Amino acid sequence: MQPFTSHTAIAAPLLVDDMNTDQIAPFLPSRNLKDDYKVMLFHRQRFREDGSEIAEFVLNKPQFRNAGILVTGNNFGAGSSRESAVWSMLANNIRVIVAKSFADIYRENCLQNGLLPIVLGADDADGFIARVVADNGATPFTVDLVSQRIAGPGGPDIAFEIPAADRTRLLEGLDDIGMTMKHIDEIVRFEQQAATTQPWLQRASDSRR
Amino acid sequence: MLRTLFDKIWDSHRVGQRADGRDLLYIDRHVLHELHAHHAFAQLEKQGRPVRRADLTFAVQDHTVATKPGRDETTNPGGTAFIKAMREGCRKNGIRLFDVGDREQGICHVVAPELGIVLPGATHAVPDSHASTVGGLGALAFGCGTTELGHILATQVIAMKRPKRMRVRLDGALGAHVSAKDIALRLIADLGVAGARGFAVEYTGSAIAAMPIEQRMTLCNLNIEMGGRSGFVAPDDSTFAWLEGRPYVPQGEMWDRALAHWRTLRTDDGAAFDREVALDCSALEPQITWGTDPSQVVGITGKVPAPETIDASRRAAAASAFSYMGLAPGTPLAGLPVHRVFIGSCTNSRLPDLEVAATIVKGRRVADGVFAMVVPGSSSVKREAEAAGLDRIFRDAGFLWGESGCSMCAGGNGDRGEPGERIVSTTNRNFENRQGPKVRTHLASPATAAASAIAGRIADVRHLVGSH
Repeated sequence: MQPFTSHTAIAAPLLVDDMNTDQIAPFLPSRNLKDDYKVMLFHRQRFREDGSEIAEFVLNKPQFRNAGILVTGNNFGAGSSRESAVWSMLANNIRVIVAKSFADIYRENCLQNGLLPIVLGADDADGFIARVVADNGATPFTVDLVSQRIAGPGGPDIAFEIPAADRTRLLEGLDDIGMTMKHIDEIVRFEQQAATTQPWLQRASDSRR
Repeated sequence: MLRTLFDKIWDSHRVGQRADGRDLLYIDRHVLHELHAHHAFAQLEKQGRPVRRADLTFAVQDHTVATKPGRDETTNPGGTAFIKAMREGCRKNGIRLFDVGDREQGICHVVAPELGIVLPGATHAVPDSHASTVGGLGALAFGCGTTELGHILATQVIAMKRPKRMRVRLDGALGAHVSAKDIALRLIADLGVAGARGFAVEYTGSAIAAMPIEQRMTLCNLNIEMGGRSGFVAPDDSTFAWLEGRPYVPQGEMWDRALAHWRTLRTDDGAAFDREVALDCSALEPQITWGTDPSQVVGITGKVPAPETIDASRRAAAASAFSYMGLAPGTPLAGLPVHRVFIGSCTNSRLPDLEVAATIVKGRRVADGVFAMVVPGSSSVKREAEAAGLDRIFRDAGFLWGESGCSMCAGGNGDRGEPGERIVSTTNRNFENRQGPKVRTHLASPATAAASAIAGRIADVRHLVGSH
């Protein structure tokens, strides 16, 4: 996983609640194993059926075409567990999402891929949104995970909270499976014990065969 | 120490704690589908990591398979590569695959319980947000992403923070033609699409005690639509009777041992929950969505709400939904012309769902101009339905009788509506464009969907049945 330390980019305001993963990464008719995640992102908000762009959508506006930070409302990433809703952000160089809250599975998927999910409290969130809207894509913001601060135009730095373990994982780009495999002895012990206490769980066989 | 059922299952599956503070929770049963499997197989192969417990892992082709009669793996060209890649990954790793053409293929959330792959008190993971469907059997299930899927394949554990505990108490006898789908839609409306975020939800109460297992699965299936991390019903005698004799369920002496354990799977009296919610179901009428998220719900005799009656924070979303759905505030739902009806999906495609719909459809005809389709949740459900003659009832009425799969639920298999069409659907998400670009989806029960197909309009099934 690509480590995350700091990211400086234009911040784009997508001021809605409950943005679901069907909107973020819709199933497109031309699916294949190596989907074009860059094109997939918000596809139906960005493009008409004939392929032409919808100019009003925030990421199609000239000042936000290269946005690397997305600023949004409550419950971002609701719905389907599809990880393409994170991969499509990264394919567009969006490496930070600042939200009032995230859906559980989406936040997990962010952490698995080095995308920093920042939750700001209501006051900080509204203040930050106002600054992002006022700046309107003129000046980049810097999100620094080491100091846990957001710096940029329109006001003082904003401190953000993130669980220490999630922070370390992002900073070091830790291999999730590797972290767990350090506990392989415990896993083996668990299985040995389960085989005596709840043996039906350690066996899944078709009784007709 | 008094414990909830969630605590008991969690604690008995907790392998240890990782350096980052996450619990490692053992996964007893892992079920894959083709949309995500290939990424995870490729990732493990690149890292040179084997699948740790292929014997506890199962795979089902469901999301991209065509569901038209006579389908094969090439019928939906967009799915073929996914289907082949999962087949190859399963072959290499020795994973039991329910392939296209297998007599037990179907939707993963339907196949796993009906074969008894999932058991009470077991932990279960699926790379799909509707994983907790199997909570209807008293299993603790988690939906996950693709990278987490690879993690579980390699380690057989999931690394998670312990969710909080919520209890939803459902009491009262359900009215005629009211089912778990209606209860779930009402709960989502009351609690909101993020109302259960961070929680494992236990559903209890007299309405649950009286509820058939398939409906419990419908209820737990929709738990994610209020943001819940997991949702389940404590197993009881109905659960045990439902499970006994299914192919993957323990047999003989092992069944007796398992049963004795399963009877202990209850929340202790007085155990504390982080949140408690109650709903009296006795006055509930059939429910239907009017908008573009599953919390935008009214009773079937209701109207599209006026903006001033909607919470201020939800008004912008409502305005957007009015526009997308082509509905003005104050419009009654019943009577709106529909173009399409879909009965199927992991939410409502089990045999009793089809039986309910068939009862309403029998001896009637789908209204002119309506395209109506029934897609059984699994090949087994399809076979059983055909043995009971349900397929004839649907076909005679003008329904298309499909092959099993996810079909029109997410539009991942090529089946979708046309722009501007209004669909009554027994699925789980009415999001914009989900069932096709500009398609307007109304979520409802199989009974309401069947009645609407006959009427050609959104219909109150209680009136249709009365007028036969």
